[in-house]
Amino acid sequence: MNHISAIVRRELHSYFATPIAYVFIVIFLVMSGVFAFYFGHLYERGQADLLPFFNYHPWLYLFLVPAVAMRLWSEERNQGNIELLMTLPVKRLAWVIGKFLAAWLFVGIALVLTFPVVVSINYLGDPDNGVIVASYLGSFLLAGGFLAIGSCLSAATKNQVIAFILTVVICFLFLLSGFPMVLAFFNLFLPQFMVDVIASTSFLTHYASITKGVLDLGDFSYFALTIGVWLYATAVVLEMKKGD
Amino acid sequence: MIECSHLSKHFGPVKAVDDLSFTAQQGQVLGFLGPNGAGKSTTMKMITGYLPATSGQIKVCGIDLAEDPLAVKNKIGYLPEGAPSYQEMNVGSFLQFIARMRNIPASSQQSAVDSVVARLNLNHVYYQKIDTLSKGFKRRVGLAQAIIHDPEVLIMDEPTDGLDPNQKHQVRELITTMSKNKTIVLSTHILEEVHAVCDRAIIIANGVIVADSTPNEMEVMSRYHHAVSFVADLDTILLNKIKNMDCVRDVTYSARLKETTVFPTQGLFIFDEISSLLKQEGIQVTSLKMEAGRLDEVFRNITKPVQNKEVHR
Repeated sequence: MNHISAIVRRELHSYFATPIAYVFIVIFLVMSGVFAFYFGHLYERGQADLLPFFNYHPWLYLFLVPAVAMRLWSEERNQGNIELLMTLPVKRLAWVIGKFLAAWLFVGIALVLTFPVVVSINYLGDPDNGVIVASYLGSFLLAGGFLAIGSCLSAATKNQVIAFILTVVICFLFLLSGFPMVLAFFNLFLPQFMVDVIASTSFLTHYASITKGVLDLGDFSYFALTIGVWLYATAVVLEMKKGD
Repeated sequence: MIECSHLSKHFGPVKAVDDLSFTAQQGQVLGFLGPNGAGKSTTMKMITGYLPATSGQIKVCGIDLAEDPLAVKNKIGYLPEGAPSYQEMNVGSFLQFIARMRNIPASSQQSAVDSVVARLNLNHVYYQKIDTLSKGFKRRVGLAQAIIHDPEVLIMDEPTDGLDPNQKHQVRELITTMSKNKTIVLSTHILEEVHAVCDRAIIIANGVIVADSTPNEMEVMSRYHHAVSFVADLDTILLNKIKNMDCVRDVTYSARLKETTVFPTQGLFIFDEISSLLKQEGIQVTSLKMEAGRLDEVFRNITKPVQNKEVHR
């Protein structure tokens, strides 16, 4: 535990010691505003909810989160730090979890900084703040899922560009499998229960149900399981790739 | 103490390290020598628990690495090649981070950091970002993180590579002062370093130990051992006269430096003969010295592939 908290603190500190943090936060805030108000017509809809705001988060994360995740391990390997880290008397899983938590908290900070949207909507109308809190939670979990995938792929390569592209592609597949158009396509030739299985592997399906305010244990355990599996895979990949 | 027995590491079909066995005792500074790609770094990476060995056993302070890697890592201080560290951190917080990761109790973390900062003269750069430091300072930061927990075993991959002569001297002094109660293993390309700090040298070539002895013993293996060099104007007649002496095996003459080197027949001591001959002939000599032996020549000879080894006459 002591190790994990030391790693989290060091990592978070390093985000803010480099321009990464500021660039990410500014872009995230601007883009989430643009998507919500310009494409989502948050204001013109005349409804007091943040659905247009949260609906675009998966697509925003699709490019921004892999950019945070790509450096998690690729950079350590590239700079040769990995040799230092792996020869300290610290369990490998502590590194994996510590670095992941730091990145997750970092995205969480960016997410919290979108609070003016919540303030505005409360000023304009009378939204269901319970749903908004649930949606934030869902958005945070979604970011965690993307980060865990990115962590694993970053561990697999020294090259940050490759890590970025692979993460975008895999995350996109996980989103796509819940997209109504894709599901309708599968519906043409697959029985309903198979389509449900495909839909249930999707980030989008679970995210959508949380943002509707439905707090189902299944959705939470889906994200927890996804994060756990990909982080464990990160530890395995790290062990495998140490030699090169 | 480090015990390696029958250590091998294969990368696919390549045998980077092949059946290596050696023991390093406490209080000993062991130098790993060898050409690039000989397996020095790979061996160190296996001892520190970074790379798993393909086969063989490693014991550090009596603990088997395969059974309890964390306990072994706790005993070792390691300076990887190129002294990697977090470039965006400042020296102080980097060392504090390492102190925490090294399981130093919270109450003594700061004193551990202060002590290595003082020993490596890092006071002036304590609040400076690591990527703004010169190569010499970066190396010292790397050394500081390796010794912060006062490890029983210290492993350093090319600790003085890229340092200027003053910095090299400083690092070597530090190694010598630490060597009394530690087991130290270091790899190097610089042969003078072996003389300066090592009690024992192991030469590795193609993953195999080709020599294991003290630096002095290695010098005896050199053609230059007890050779006599002098600088003077010589004519060919005199040169031939020296060459034909019974105790002389060979003579080389460098026209550029006006330096003559006389090699003795194996094991003979010819300094007196040569100096009295020069006196007899009335030659003006600007310098006259006896060589101890040249490690670089020994090194080249034993690490060269077998077919083009210099033949000793």
